[in-house]
Amino acid sequence: MKAKHQRLILALVALAALIGAGLLAASALKDEAAYFYAPADVKSKGVEPGKAIRLGGMVVKGSLKRAADGVTIHFDVTDGKATVPASFSGIAPDLFKEGSGVVAEGAFDGKGVFVATNLLAKHDERYMPRELEGMSYNETTHQMKAEK
Amino acid sequence: MIAEFGLAALWLAAALALLQLGLAIGGLKGGRPELQAAIRPVAVVQGALTAMAFIALITLFMRSDMSVLLVATNSHSMKPWLYKFAGTWGNHEGSMLLWVTVMGVAGAAVALFERALRRDTHMATLGAQAAISLGFYAFLLFSSNPFARIDPPAPDGQGLNPLLQDPGLAFHPPTLYFGYVGLSVAFSFAVGALLTRQVDAAFARAMRPWVLGAWVLLTLGITAGSYWAYYELGWGGWWFWDPVENASLMPWLAATALLHSATVLATRDALRAWTVMLAVVAFSMSMVGTFLVRSGILTSVHAFAVDPERGSFILALLGIYIGGALALFGWRVGTVREGAPFELVSRETMLVINNLLLSVILGLVLIGTLYPLMTEAFGHKVSVGPPYFDRIAGPIALALMIAMAVGPMIRWRRDNASAVARRSMAPALVGLSVLAVVAVTSWGRIGILPFLGLVIALTVAVASIAPLWGRKPLRTPLFTWGMVIAHLGCAVSLGGMAADSAFTVEKLVAARPGETIETAGWRLRFDKILPVAGDNWTALQADMRVSRGGGAPVAIHPQSRFFTSPPTTTTEAALLTRWDGQLYVVLGQEADAGRWQMRIWWKPFVTCIWLGGTMIALGGLLALIGRERRGWTLKWRARRATAA
Repeated sequence: MKAKHQRLILALVALAALIGAGLLAASALKDEAAYFYAPADVKSKGVEPGKAIRLGGMVVKGSLKRAADGVTIHFDVTDGKATVPASFSGIAPDLFKEGSGVVAEGAFDGKGVFVATNLLAKHDERYMPRELEGMSYNETTHQMKAEK
Repeated sequence: MIAEFGLAALWLAAALALLQLGLAIGGLKGGRPELQAAIRPVAVVQGALTAMAFIALITLFMRSDMSVLLVATNSHSMKPWLYKFAGTWGNHEGSMLLWVTVMGVAGAAVALFERALRRDTHMATLGAQAAISLGFYAFLLFSSNPFARIDPPAPDGQGLNPLLQDPGLAFHPPTLYFGYVGLSVAFSFAVGALLTRQVDAAFARAMRPWVLGAWVLLTLGITAGSYWAYYELGWGGWWFWDPVENASLMPWLAATALLHSATVLATRDALRAWTVMLAVVAFSMSMVGTFLVRSGILTSVHAFAVDPERGSFILALLGIYIGGALALFGWRVGTVREGAPFELVSRETMLVINNLLLSVILGLVLIGTLYPLMTEAFGHKVSVGPPYFDRIAGPIALALMIAMAVGPMIRWRRDNASAVARRSMAPALVGLSVLAVVAVTSWGRIGILPFLGLVIALTVAVASIAPLWGRKPLRTPLFTWGMVIAHLGCAVSLGGMAADSAFTVEKLVAARPGETIETAGWRLRFDKILPVAGDNWTALQADMRVSRGGGAPVAIHPQSRFFTSPPTTTTEAALLTRWDGQLYVVLGQEADAGRWQMRIWWKPFVTCIWLGGTMIALGGLLALIGRERRGWTLKWRARRATAA
């Protein structure tokens, strides 16, 4: 085989790899584009149980309950338009509290409860989940609004 | 006085960088020899001045000089001295000063030690280094002055983010920066060689030690950062696909590809244009990373500054340098002659595959990191998380590992396919038997990626020592040892990752003092909770005794710490390392009266991840020493021959 042919083969392999990688990225990103959900998105679009997503919103006041095992908590997440029940087993971040923002990573179970495997709470002004930027919670009306 | 001295040193260094650039341009146009000779001392003095400015800032932090704005906003007089010292770079301005210091010192090192490069290429390289430095001097002096004063001085400082108050801060950022910014040397070499049309094997041989050195430090910095996040965050994870982590991974991927293509160019004089391109890409990735981290468009523990003006400044620098280098590449690539040919079955082909796969991972990580920013520009908030990265990086990385195992068994230029098959017989047999054993023992209990990871790790471990077979250990060149150890390190690290995700046992409990918790063969006796205090924190500490089998109990003390300045709580996980894994215990909150939350992991062989990372760096170091030593020996022999 001539050197030119080999270069051609290598170039074709490279091209095939790049196209393959591009398709892989596109398909993965298509799933990912729907990675972050607010409760209203959950209600309007629906999320199949078991699909890994991020759910973001505010923890509804008075909804936080601790289960008897001492490590599981139940709470509701709202964005002002819809509310979704959620649960979490583990050590919640210190700044996770009622009326405060949260991004929960996990999936819905068969009964429509969001089972979180990880909670990202608003740490301080310098470090908060990106999806919660510009959101605030109204203490009296229990409504959440987007700040402009 | 010290602050003014530091600022003056910085301005002077910037002026010298300008002079250095001017001398290089003049020199390349055929200026007077004495002017050409001046460029080396100018570069050395510039490096020394940046180092002085940096030492001045360290001194200000050590003295807690609250009349300096940066110290007042980021330090506190009650902090332990180590964090006053390391806190120097635990903020935006300080870390940018560290950046230009590394750049200046790297330029000085090129001026002092680089003798292999042709004189005009050397001059062009120093000119390019000065040109990049100038942009970052401007950034520092005009928008991020670390030495700005406040009047009146603050009564005390606001303190350092408690997550950063860890010995890791003294080691991880400087190491990473030396690697990150060390790649600027490769960038300058590439620009220099393009300018003087000297892209050849000699250029690659001169560039390789610099790339190797930067790559070793980058590897160490990433490994240290991963371990630090693992024990400090208390989440039990070691890699989170945080954009900032990706920002350090992307230059590493590019530098790894560059290292291998530079070897092809140095040894076989092939892949000329591609190697130059990679040298440009590697440092470009460092700059993209800095832009992501320092512009404030991302939020993370690493993002100190939320200032759009700074973001645009870095973006402009990025555009000028990356765009400029790519334009130069496009303009001059026609003058790069075609390299030596090679057959399809050859080590060159395997290294091309290595480069291809590394570039693909790099591209996909880059897309995943930038995608949320691009969609946000169109009004959608999207986050790209671990599911994306695991799905794309996992399979390609495994393919890369296989290429890594086969590559060293193939000869340069041309080889015989059946001979290669014969040589890879033993590792393949080992791989198949491991496959059988793992499949029988844990089929259905572990995921497909961890399963493949374990099999490939063990196969690659055997294959990576194959280049040593039939050789006398002491007569094997040091750089061959380096390659073997680095490749083995990849296998060890992969094995650790696979074992961690396949076999980790997690237990979550709420326990009372006096209770005993059992998990994964361990007995953890929870004795009591007590308050303890440190220099600038107080904590609740759980006293526990843990034992396994009939072994003697060992005391461990997980803590939950409260810092007052700024007010923050951090978890201090208790780690107990054994040869076959780590016990990781986190103390949580009080669940209800008298019961405390605890999260316990037994992570088999998790330490292999960082052991492997260290081995990779060690391999790089051995290769570096081996190459350099061979160069010295040859030179010495030549000198003796001429003397005789």
